[in-house]
Amino acid sequence: MKRADTTIAWYGALTTRHRLMKLGGGLLIPGMLWLMFFLVIPGLVLVAVSFLTRGAYGELEWTFTLENYRRLAGFSLFGWTADYLIILWRSLVVAFVTTLVSVVVSYPLCFFIAARPERSRYLWLTLVIIPFWTNMVIRTYAWFLILSPEMPFARLAALLGFIPAGAPLYPNAFAVYLGMVSMFLPFVTLPLYASVERLDWSLVEAAQDLYASRTRVFTQAILPQTLPGLSVGIILTFIPAMGMFVVPDLLGGAKYMLVGNLIQQQFGPSRDWPFGAAISMALMVLTMVGLQIYRRKGKEIEVL
Amino acid sequence: MRRSHFLTVAVSWLTLAFLYLPLVGVAVFSVNDARRGLVWKGFTLKWYLKLFRNEWILEAAWNTLLLAVISTFVATVLGTILAIAMDRFPWRRPTRNFLDTILYIPVVIPDIILAASLVVVFGLLRLFSSFFEPGLPNMIVGHVTFQIAFVALVVRSRLGAIGREMEEAARDLFASNWYMFRKVMLPLLMPGIMAGAMLALTLSLDDFVISFFMAGPDSQTLPLFIFAAVRRGVTPQIHALSTLIMLITVVLVILAERFTRR
Repeated sequence: MKRADTTIAWYGALTTRHRLMKLGGGLLIPGMLWLMFFLVIPGLVLVAVSFLTRGAYGELEWTFTLENYRRLAGFSLFGWTADYLIILWRSLVVAFVTTLVSVVVSYPLCFFIAARPERSRYLWLTLVIIPFWTNMVIRTYAWFLILSPEMPFARLAALLGFIPAGAPLYPNAFAVYLGMVSMFLPFVTLPLYASVERLDWSLVEAAQDLYASRTRVFTQAILPQTLPGLSVGIILTFIPAMGMFVVPDLLGGAKYMLVGNLIQQQFGPSRDWPFGAAISMALMVLTMVGLQIYRRKGKEIEVL
Repeated sequence: MRRSHFLTVAVSWLTLAFLYLPLVGVAVFSVNDARRGLVWKGFTLKWYLKLFRNEWILEAAWNTLLLAVISTFVATVLGTILAIAMDRFPWRRPTRNFLDTILYIPVVIPDIILAASLVVVFGLLRLFSSFFEPGLPNMIVGHVTFQIAFVALVVRSRLGAIGREMEEAARDLFASNWYMFRKVMLPLLMPGIMAGAMLALTLSLDDFVISFFMAGPDSQTLPLFIFAAVRRGVTPQIHALSTLIMLITVVLVILAERFTRR
């Protein structure tokens, strides 16, 4: 049944509903078509491929299977191993710790910048923005240099017996954490600062006047006010940290693989797309679960 | 003015040192006159001069620029139109929610998943068209796909901020759709569009993962070049290249701040 096409006034335009929606639809088409073709459909194809079989030469065979997920869970011809599950778990832990450390360090940094005189505050903020926009590969590469055997850090570690003399301080878990935190710290600091700058200090002073402990001042006067910025920072850090590939590849090597490396391997050297697709699905689910837990916990913090 | 606690100051300085130590280290050793090793042998600019004679690096720089400019242009046009279409028409709630969800996908999924899904789809499409061979066109498509969302989100918040009174007034004065768009909406929207384009440009220059998955043999970009070079070991030339890119980043950041702070 076609609706009667009555004339309507839409913010000054005298038009009909039909004409208005036709114009709107027309404007929607180019962008949405692009996103459909290169985002939504590829995503669905990836889901489908995760249930397919890999042919002998890395081609796709169109037979339905759950084998890729079984393999991810550790079942193979030679019995059960936890290798892949360990990598998934490790990615989750690394992303969590990276986010946590970034948050803990960002609070003092934000308060420090907010306490600078107004003129130089902008300068201090730029100091955080520059690493934020510096290419990730370059920043990871820079750690290579700092951790190389000739530098004092590796020498000190060698002296203390952590590593053999003349060896670099990578690849290992420590280097991955260093790289990850330095990579994502600005992602927390910048949005958090936006909230800290707008902080209503009278609430903090009121809490202090009422003899609240330092912890309670933070959890009840500061945290709720900075929660919007904090949430943006956590999401901006946790999600890319889960899928991070450059840092673990360069600073972790084969010893400390994360799920990003595992995915890259399947699409690169191993050419096992179905398995790669299955791992991507697992990463997707883990990311969503992580965010969901954060949302739950976030609510609890608010009531605290 | 509020005084900072001693610990706050200490942690802040340490954090900034932690962020800058590696970057400054690279810059220092980029002017060191030693082919191997990290011993100071005196000041030189020869590594920078060598950069400009290295055809590989020049080509990678050209590719990086081409990729960033083309994808930013396409994404800015598409994203702006999309933002207007989403914001200025009376969509029903389910439609609006659906559109919102699609727009947020590139923001909330790890980029490696986007890259993986494009590898698979391009791999299948390659059976029909050689356009989908790994290379610059594919990289552009990948970049535009995540840039559109960011441009649209920035432009949409600007659309919300400027309100609709001006547009309504223009229409009351019998402006056609096109005239109203050109003479009223576009000028008001310009700062938002520029901010979106700036964000898209930096995202493209910053990207490694999408390029890495999409690149062919002739489409090396600077981040890909550095990544490959690092695995062969650190060289002063790469120090110089990295320092140069960092300097360009600093200039871009300052320009962008000037631009958006008016």
